[in-house]
Amino acid sequence: MSSAMLELILEATLDTLYMVALSGVISALVGIPLGVLLYVTRPRQVMAHPLLNRSLGIITNIGRSIPFIILMVAIIPFTRMLVGTSIGTNAASVPLTIAAIPFVARLVEGALNEIPPGLVEAAQSMGATPWQVITKVLVPEARGGIFTALTVTAVTLVSYSAMAGAVGGGGLGDLGIRYGYNRFNPTVMLITVVVLIVMVQGFQSLGDYLVRKSDHK
Amino acid sequence: MIRLRKVSKTYGRGPSAVTAIKNVDLHVPQGQIHGVIGLSGAGKSTLIRCVNLLERPTQGNVSVDGQELTGLSGTALNQARHRIGMIFQHFNLLTNRTVFRNVALPLELMGMSGSEIREQVDPLLKMVGLDDKSNQYPAQLSGGQKQRVAIARALASRPKVLLCDEATSALDPQTTGSILALLRDINRQLGLTILLITHEMEVVKSICHRVSLISDGALVEAADVGDFFTAPRTELGRRFLNDFLELEPPRALIERLETSPGEHSHPVVRLAFSGDAVATPLISRLARECGVDVSILQAKVESIQDRTLGLMIAELMGPAEKTREAIDYLETHNLKVEVLGHVQRDA
Repeated sequence: MSSAMLELILEATLDTLYMVALSGVISALVGIPLGVLLYVTRPRQVMAHPLLNRSLGIITNIGRSIPFIILMVAIIPFTRMLVGTSIGTNAASVPLTIAAIPFVARLVEGALNEIPPGLVEAAQSMGATPWQVITKVLVPEARGGIFTALTVTAVTLVSYSAMAGAVGGGGLGDLGIRYGYNRFNPTVMLITVVVLIVMVQGFQSLGDYLVRKSDHK
Repeated sequence: MIRLRKVSKTYGRGPSAVTAIKNVDLHVPQGQIHGVIGLSGAGKSTLIRCVNLLERPTQGNVSVDGQELTGLSGTALNQARHRIGMIFQHFNLLTNRTVFRNVALPLELMGMSGSEIREQVDPLLKMVGLDDKSNQYPAQLSGGQKQRVAIARALASRPKVLLCDEATSALDPQTTGSILALLRDINRQLGLTILLITHEMEVVKSICHRVSLISDGALVEAADVGDFFTAPRTELGRRFLNDFLELEPPRALIERLETSPGEHSHPVVRLAFSGDAVATPLISRLARECGVDVSILQAKVESIQDRTLGLMIAELMGPAEKTREAIDYLETHNLKVEVLGHVQRDA
């Protein structure tokens, strides 16, 4: 294999990591609060608000039901408005982030749902305000579940980012399709897949480590 | 200290509405340990949650330490709750906080600074005997230790009242004993008023001063614990007492029991005695004065607070008129006599 080829693979790997990191961080920053909001506005929860809960739920579901490949194309005008172009890793990160936000939110909501209701009740019996229940009980107790959610999201983003090639996003998936598939180069295809496998393993191990470190259940 | 006036709680509306508690009047004076006992589903949990408004009563008033709580909401209610501690059946400790930080939680909620918190928490951990576990997480503790942490946490904000929601129901008998002893000490040392709910007579017997019996959401009987254990006034009270004392005739005897006396049968009686009767040698007198032999099948003596309570199942052996006389004799000496049935004399 030529050194040019290796360089391409390295570049594609960094592109993928960049897209996953950028969209992962932004979707966590938006998705975690959204997930908390989805949970605490449920009926009988600390900030019960049925109307808000239902509206957020519908929006989240819409976000989750659009196939990624369609979402990517459909929001091209929005992407262009945001980053000035619809091509490249920054542009590809926009649909990735938008797809990941509701994903993170639902997973975080699920993690919060695992907390025994007695813990919230205990905090309320001590005179905790709803905000204190969120910051002192819900989020710290769901820490492990939230790290699990982010790990699943990162892994999903790795595979979604492979589709970003469709809008000229670059990355490993794009490389695999263009060189491995279209130009009949099985070695490139194989290397791409191996790098992706290693990357996913890495994210999973890092995630597991964080869950272990943060959770004392 | 705690006063509930005509408190009712109904879930839902219209025909599907369920009334969990109805018209409950309850007064727990300062320093008293008051137990509410009832079967599961009787409304105990709802009742205790109405005291700190975790459940808001649909009707009636709740006041604690002279402050009417039912009128409060938001910040005022949260501040009032700082003066009411609560512990739970499943402890409800935060798993991602150490023992120290669990006990510190109510103080953090009140906005105390780190050094103030340490000053408060350390002595509490010492009091519950867990000062060496300060940096451990709840998962590393036994059930009894977890409940001790929960007690320390409930006392951190220096409450006047402690609510105990089935606090020992998830613990084994020995651990239950040590937790109850701790609660009794706290009651004595700090003059803390305690309201507890339980389905275990053992809990009532060992620490309560007064007991209320709840059935179908209503308080049906209230008495000082000594009185309740010697003479419950309701059928439910008697059932609780008999289950607790486990004083049922042996199975083999039950099978031989007949409801009406036969020509050659003896009565089997359950005798309950308290106070002076315990000290009197009644059984031997029965033999001497009535000419009736007594065969004791089962007997139990319990001491409840300052009183002694004796229970006995016995067969009275003698001619029919003599045994009748014997029963009269016992009754005149303040024993409660219940004829369970009659058994045929052995051939």
